[in-house]
Amino acid sequence: MNLREFIDQKGYRHNPRRLMEDIIHMVFLILGLVAVGSVLVITVYLVISGLPAIFRIGPVEFLFGTRWASTAAEPEFGILPFILTSIYGTAGAIIIGVPIGFFAAVYLAKMAPKKVRDAMELCIGVLAGIPSVVYGLVGMTILVPGIRILFGVPDGATLLAAIIVLAVMILPSVINVSLTSLQAVPREYEEASLALGATDIETYFRVTVPAAKSGIFTAIVLGIGRAIGEAMAIMMVAGNVANMPSIFKSVRFLTTAVASEMSYSSGLQREALFSIALVLFLFIMIINAILNVLKTGGERR
Amino acid sequence: MKRILMITLIAALAATVAFAGGSKEETATVSTDGSTSMEQVILSLAEQYMTDNPNVNVTYNPTGSGTGITAALEGRCDIGLSSRALKDSEVESGLAETIVALDGIAIIVNPENTISDLSIEQISGLFTGAVSNWSEIGGPDAPVVPIGREAGSGTRDGFESITDTEDACAYSQELTSTGAVITAVSQNPGAIGYASLASNLEDVKVVTVEGVAPSEDTVKSGDYRIQRPFVFATLAETPLSDAAQAFFDYCVSSDAASIIAGAGAVPVAD
Repeated sequence: MNLREFIDQKGYRHNPRRLMEDIIHMVFLILGLVAVGSVLVITVYLVISGLPAIFRIGPVEFLFGTRWASTAAEPEFGILPFILTSIYGTAGAIIIGVPIGFFAAVYLAKMAPKKVRDAMELCIGVLAGIPSVVYGLVGMTILVPGIRILFGVPDGATLLAAIIVLAVMILPSVINVSLTSLQAVPREYEEASLALGATDIETYFRVTVPAAKSGIFTAIVLGIGRAIGEAMAIMMVAGNVANMPSIFKSVRFLTTAVASEMSYSSGLQREALFSIALVLFLFIMIINAILNVLKTGGERR
Repeated sequence: MKRILMITLIAALAATVAFAGGSKEETATVSTDGSTSMEQVILSLAEQYMTDNPNVNVTYNPTGSGTGITAALEGRCDIGLSSRALKDSEVESGLAETIVALDGIAIIVNPENTISDLSIEQISGLFTGAVSNWSEIGGPDAPVVPIGREAGSGTRDGFESITDTEDACAYSQELTSTGAVITAVSQNPGAIGYASLASNLEDVKVVTVEGVAPSEDTVKSGDYRIQRPFVFATLAETPLSDAAQAFFDYCVSSDAASIIAGAGAVPVAD
């Protein structure tokens, strides 16, 4: 089909506005594809550059090896310490951060006087906007020496320091998402409960919170996503030694393993760093999938 | 107002495109390949040289000393960069070494630490964990906290090869920059670390090694032991291209000395 036939078929000759419509449609389609394209390119690139090293090292040795010595005379590439550190670190941040965030959200949504609420929401907004390198800097100069003195350990750059920094970092997203879902609970639910003689606190925790359950789960999963993907702040406080994780040991996360060695890496070491990135990517994909299930589950109700 | 802004933006874009074309003169390329520790030195030299000789393009491929030496041997680059002296086997296979600069690595401890001199043996003991408390070597009663650089760092590689602690260091922290090492050491009374001599060492205490304080003079004379050479490896038999030879001559000349010093190394030419 040549151009003339195409133009005739579409009727552009008699209807220039339709041509305009179609062109704009195309432009928006292309702009929309930029996002999709980025995801595809990143996924394909990560798989292509990450898989070969995994097979060269051996999938079992790579995923379950406990020693990482990438530049040793006989290099070893076991990333189990990184995987476990990422899981422990994230779990720790959730254990500390979620209760704080959750109760703060309940307070803000239901009990706080308006002035207090406005002030606190402003602070949470600021907390969300602080760049992660600033968290790292403050952690490095206050938290790390603090842990050393408080717990009497030789060095404060430990998993504990990273957990505390991550817990603070996930607070804004946990609070904001929980807050929104708590506020979305219909007033009638609470009024019914109060009318039956329940106290305020009973109403909030027996009625409002269960009704906002899916939103609160979403908040937790978002927090997990934020915590597992953070690199800069924890690189500055965790010490970055490839130890098996323990609360008072210097540890290296999946993210920091990639970030700390990338600049000078070469050969198999560099390829293995891409493989670590691939593993991290899979983790985040799984978290996103869980998030989607939660969201659609929440909508269906 | 919006229109003016738009026009300015478009003009700026157009200017970028126009200038991006650049000059189209014949350019000669000098390729260097190797040590990542020499990055600052070689890039400063290249920058100055390319400013003085606009028709020459000096490239640098940061691969590591071993790779750089191999590349020079196989003729894949003009000049191989190595931050260690060539081995006998490498010289026998037809390479010539020219030392362009020396790099001193300072051993730093917390200012509160009373230790002011260490032997190489003590340093390796402190870093491998054989010495776990400073009191064992006459210092205060504080646990030793060795702080180093990440795997692949040139400073780490240099330090570990000189103190013979390769793959044996029991680091408490592996940080990704000299600045981070200095900050960490300045905050922990038991910490010991290493940093390039050229860095800002105000917040920490620099110890003497076997009685010698690190300085440009002691590194140059060889009295300060924790140092390594920055080497240009070239083919001994095959002459360099004219452009490469000119760059080589520039780097070993006294003109380059201030640039090398500015990049944090100790120049050997006077």
